[in-house]
Amino acid sequence: MSTTGPVVEIEKLTSVFRFAGQEVVVHKDLDLRIDAGELLSIVGGSGSGKTVLLRQILGLETPRAGRITVQGRPASQLGDEGAASRVGMLFQHGALFSAFSVLDNIAFPLRELGTLPDELVRDAALVKLQMVGMEPKQAHQMPANLSGGMIKRVALARSLIMDPPLLLLDEPTAGLDPDRADDFCDLLRSLHRELGLTVVMVTHDLDTLFALSTRVAVLAEQKVVVSGLPREVMNFPNRFVQSYFLGKRGLRARALLQEPPVAV
Amino acid sequence: MLGQWTAEHLAEPKAWSKLKHELHAATSTETDVQLWDLCALARMDHVGAQLLWNAWGRRWPAQLRTLPVQRALLERVAQFSMTVPLPARKSAMQLFLALGRQVLRVADHLIEMQRLIGQLMLDVMRLVRHPRHGPWRDFSGHLYHIGATALPITALVGFLIGVVLAYLMAQQLKQFGADLYIVNLLGISLIRELGPVLAAILIAGRSGSAITAQIGVMRVTEEIDAMRVLGIARGYRLVLPRVMAMALAMPLLTVWTTLAALTGGMLASDLMMGVTPDYFVSALGDAVEPSNLTLAVGKSTVFGVLIALVGCHYGLRVKPNTESLGQGTTASVVTSITMVILVDALFAVVFKDVGL
Repeated sequence: MSTTGPVVEIEKLTSVFRFAGQEVVVHKDLDLRIDAGELLSIVGGSGSGKTVLLRQILGLETPRAGRITVQGRPASQLGDEGAASRVGMLFQHGALFSAFSVLDNIAFPLRELGTLPDELVRDAALVKLQMVGMEPKQAHQMPANLSGGMIKRVALARSLIMDPPLLLLDEPTAGLDPDRADDFCDLLRSLHRELGLTVVMVTHDLDTLFALSTRVAVLAEQKVVVSGLPREVMNFPNRFVQSYFLGKRGLRARALLQEPPVAV
Repeated sequence: MLGQWTAEHLAEPKAWSKLKHELHAATSTETDVQLWDLCALARMDHVGAQLLWNAWGRRWPAQLRTLPVQRALLERVAQFSMTVPLPARKSAMQLFLALGRQVLRVADHLIEMQRLIGQLMLDVMRLVRHPRHGPWRDFSGHLYHIGATALPITALVGFLIGVVLAYLMAQQLKQFGADLYIVNLLGISLIRELGPVLAAILIAGRSGSAITAQIGVMRVTEEIDAMRVLGIARGYRLVLPRVMAMALAMPLLTVWTTLAALTGGMLASDLMMGVTPDYFVSALGDAVEPSNLTLAVGKSTVFGVLIALVGCHYGLRVKPNTESLGQGTTASVVTSITMVILVDALFAVVFKDVGL
């Protein structure tokens, strides 16, 4: 459970997109190293390529140049068989399979392995369902009948079904009410502590950011301009970083920093 | 106990069958004197813990040695393990009620369709009163997508059907020495029946589904709700332009398809039986009464309106989830093709004395 060394290693990453015949450089020579057991938040303005970076770590998109290694293997091989046991991803809108019930959604990766008996798979899925704070009686509902918060919980349960050591989260608290968002933070923190997960999170929610992260990486000017403890990053002399953290919202959320993050 | 107790490793078929036997052997012997020692396990995850917990009959064994991490896993599994409440089986009464719901659903479809048609009438009147404020831009866009972009495929299909029909008919007619009647046969069947129906079926598959998908996606992404909130009449902006474009494009496409089919038939009869194109064209005028053409154009206008209405109807019924979108599109195409053929049969009965 406690593998040492970098879980994700990104070197000289360059990503380019074509919009209406024009090339837009999103990342240029971006370097990032994520160690085991970290809870890293990636922040940046809209369009700074945060989600793209997550997708590239997952091997869903291929960068123009550069190298991404996840657990010692190239990111492009991540989607091979058994991927669910290596990495979990919580998509922004959950990405639940709309044709399956909640329980079947969670059990899907295990069931696909083909050998484990149905009973065990169902029990394991039910445990995960309750771990994310859902009721067992909701197991047979369809995703279309769930609220946004519940969809996120179920999606998290699905990404955790095989206890992957690396968990990626895209805007985990976006669209949740503050109470739910806090619950979600507590859940993530306890999972991180108990399962020894490495968590990479893209977020705009400064509360979540300060409450959870052990490290913050700021994406701006096509690269990681700074990464470190939240309070170190905040005081970094960069125009974007200053306006991001020391705007009105940032100052309010900063009050939370008086208590250091519990997750270490 | 040793090894990797993780889902990935447990699921390897060889490892699994071996483990199953060992677990069975271990749990079927005396449980009081056994010591379960998990400290030497390389790794254990929730699935592994669940497996053990189930093997222990869902209670703690008499003697157990674990690391704290493993203990925490097992405790969580123990806390949350329970029998799944299965979805209840349907009783006969419920099945009966479900049948009733089906009937009501059909009635609901009919009522909504009627409402759609009524709204369309009102919108047409509104357009007639204020033609300057009509949704003309939407109309021309749909006209292009439904009509102009469908020209190549309808021409190709029509041409090939014409060739095939002429070829088959030539085989039969030669036996009777009635070669020249091929003009009458091809002319009547293509102009009166096959042209309109063929074009309508192609367009139902091509544009009917597109209409349902477009409106359905707007439903899923709440665009329809946004229109309503902004005070934009959905019937006037979504349904009316599509129906108008379809009503205009369909007869034009029918004429186009029929022409392509006749060209194919003409070429094939020239090659097969030496009926020259010159003769074909001149004989066609005598063989087919002009009223057939009127009937075909009128029929295809009705088909066009039907396809557009069915497409809009199913699009507006899509529920805000992706699965419903797929079902709606399928239902739309199937319904509109069925409707086209039913209405065509109706036309054949009603106008049996016209043009024959």
